[in-house]
Amino acid sequence: MSIETFLQTLVFGLFTGGIYGVAAMGLALVFGVLKMLNIAHGELVMLGGYVSFWVFSAFGMDPFVSLAIVIPALFILGLILDRTVYRHIVRLLGEEKIKNSLLVSFGLTLVLQNLAQWLFTADERSIQVAYAGDGLNVFGVLMPYTRLGTLLVALAVTLALNYFLRKTYPGKAILATAEDFEAAELAGINIHRVYMMTFALGAALASIAGTFVTVTYGLSPSIGIIWTLKALIVIVLAGTGSILGAFPAGILLGVVEALSGTFIDPSYREVVGLVIFILVLIVRPQGLFVRNG
Amino acid sequence: MTQSKTASRFLPIAGILLLIFFAVWYPRYIDKQNVWNLFFLICLQITLGQSWNILGGFGGQTSLGHAAFFGIGALVTRTLWLNGQPFALAFVAGGLTAVTFAMLIGAPTFRLRGAYFAIGTLGVAEVLRITVSQKIPYISTMSGAMIATYDLSPRYHLALGLATVTTGAAYLLLRSPWSLGILALREDEEAAQATGVHVLRHKLLALALSSFFAGLAGGVFAYQQISYYPSAPFSPIWTFDALLITFIGGLGTLSGPVIGAIFFTVVRDKLAVNWVEFHQVIFGVLFILIVLIFPGGLVEAWERLKKIFMNMSLRAR
Repeated sequence: MSIETFLQTLVFGLFTGGIYGVAAMGLALVFGVLKMLNIAHGELVMLGGYVSFWVFSAFGMDPFVSLAIVIPALFILGLILDRTVYRHIVRLLGEEKIKNSLLVSFGLTLVLQNLAQWLFTADERSIQVAYAGDGLNVFGVLMPYTRLGTLLVALAVTLALNYFLRKTYPGKAILATAEDFEAAELAGINIHRVYMMTFALGAALASIAGTFVTVTYGLSPSIGIIWTLKALIVIVLAGTGSILGAFPAGILLGVVEALSGTFIDPSYREVVGLVIFILVLIVRPQGLFVRNG
Repeated sequence: MTQSKTASRFLPIAGILLLIFFAVWYPRYIDKQNVWNLFFLICLQITLGQSWNILGGFGGQTSLGHAAFFGIGALVTRTLWLNGQPFALAFVAGGLTAVTFAMLIGAPTFRLRGAYFAIGTLGVAEVLRITVSQKIPYISTMSGAMIATYDLSPRYHLALGLATVTTGAAYLLLRSPWSLGILALREDEEAAQATGVHVLRHKLLALALSSFFAGLAGGVFAYQQISYYPSAPFSPIWTFDALLITFIGGLGTLSGPVIGAIFFTVVRDKLAVNWVEFHQVIFGVLFILIVLIFPGGLVEAWERLKKIFMNMSLRAR
């Protein structure tokens, strides 16, 4: 096995991991703040991908530019879903809330997937930009511009989210609600608005991941559940409650998957994530990117 | 008073016997392919729903990967059976393999609270679905000799027997001392632990029963289908069916999954004719509404109606 193959695998693992990271940050944000697990997160990734695809095929707009349309579109869809479905669950407490969110979002997964199949057909689609074949060649390691672009945008999104959550007033309100919603409410934060905005923000992050999926892989109505699963494994890796830890954990999952795909057997790629998930639960259930458990 | 008591004890037994008699007699009387198929599906769905109910309804542990156990049962039974093993052996092996997988995922995730078990089961189901579809991408078909002698009625009777045994097992579980611990988990895990219930052991017991019957249901599916993709029984649709049936009927009740399965399968049969693509959306929305607004399902609706009726008759007196 040459060093170039190793580096090439590593680089592609990084690219994939960036997408995992963005998808997982949205799920971790909703889980950390609303304390409910949205199994339909992957369907938001899928729908975001479709918005990007249709904007590209109707107007020929570059997918990196059309993020300016895709993000607000899914943000609004997030607001609608929160108002119609999730606000009924947010009221519940503790275990009851998690259980109901699992059930309802599992049902929603089916609804959104079948609606997408009905509206967009089951055909596999993808965006082929003019520069899809071009890229950098660094000492024999290929880096397509599309892949580099997704990683750079993913990094920028992570930094922006970090800045938003730690330095701005609404961001601090979100973190305060995540920590203790009763204290936050007493301090004058409108927690229901925080919940609504957080859910919409999670949907917006999912749409960014969806755009990346459409550019680099393919899109079909049934991909949602796979992305939910990746995001779930990543947030368990990062430690539930760690929102920004999801990005490095995503990168880690991407790299490990890519390496095991190349060096063990590509058809067992999916099993690796599950094995990691179980190992982490046994050895370090508080997650890898949390300082104290 | 005593009269009504014996009547209330006798009535359910009579009802069950009548139901089983009808299930044996009716398909034979009509003897049409689609009736056999519909009745077969109902029995399969009763088993799936009831087995989910043992864990999710009685034990309060939400599994989102019931399809994993169903799929493993189907895969193991089909593989052994088509490779010349006797069906009975393959059938039991399928159930036991499903239990083994369930223990592997249950033991680490049940130690932790929250959604870990649900994530774990969902993960196992999806990973198995993807891996099986990559490793065995071709259709599994019965041999020509098997198709030549193919008969639906023994397959249906096996499914009917399994549905009866699963419901019977759920009943016996409720009557056993184990049920107190399992029901206590659902109500309040911490209080159960504080009063000396071995939480992990009870969770694993409920999971073992649940996955065993789901695995056997998979075996029945493998026995009935002439040809199918080996990854098909791993589809999340099967998990969703089990959930929906339990919630339509009544979560945590013995008769809920039976009523739910009959209602769901018959209605879907009618809907699928007219709205092929749309019926999953309708059932998805129905499921969300039941969970949010009416978590008691049909069984609770019936109890409420009965109460209203009894109040009215009391007042009339």
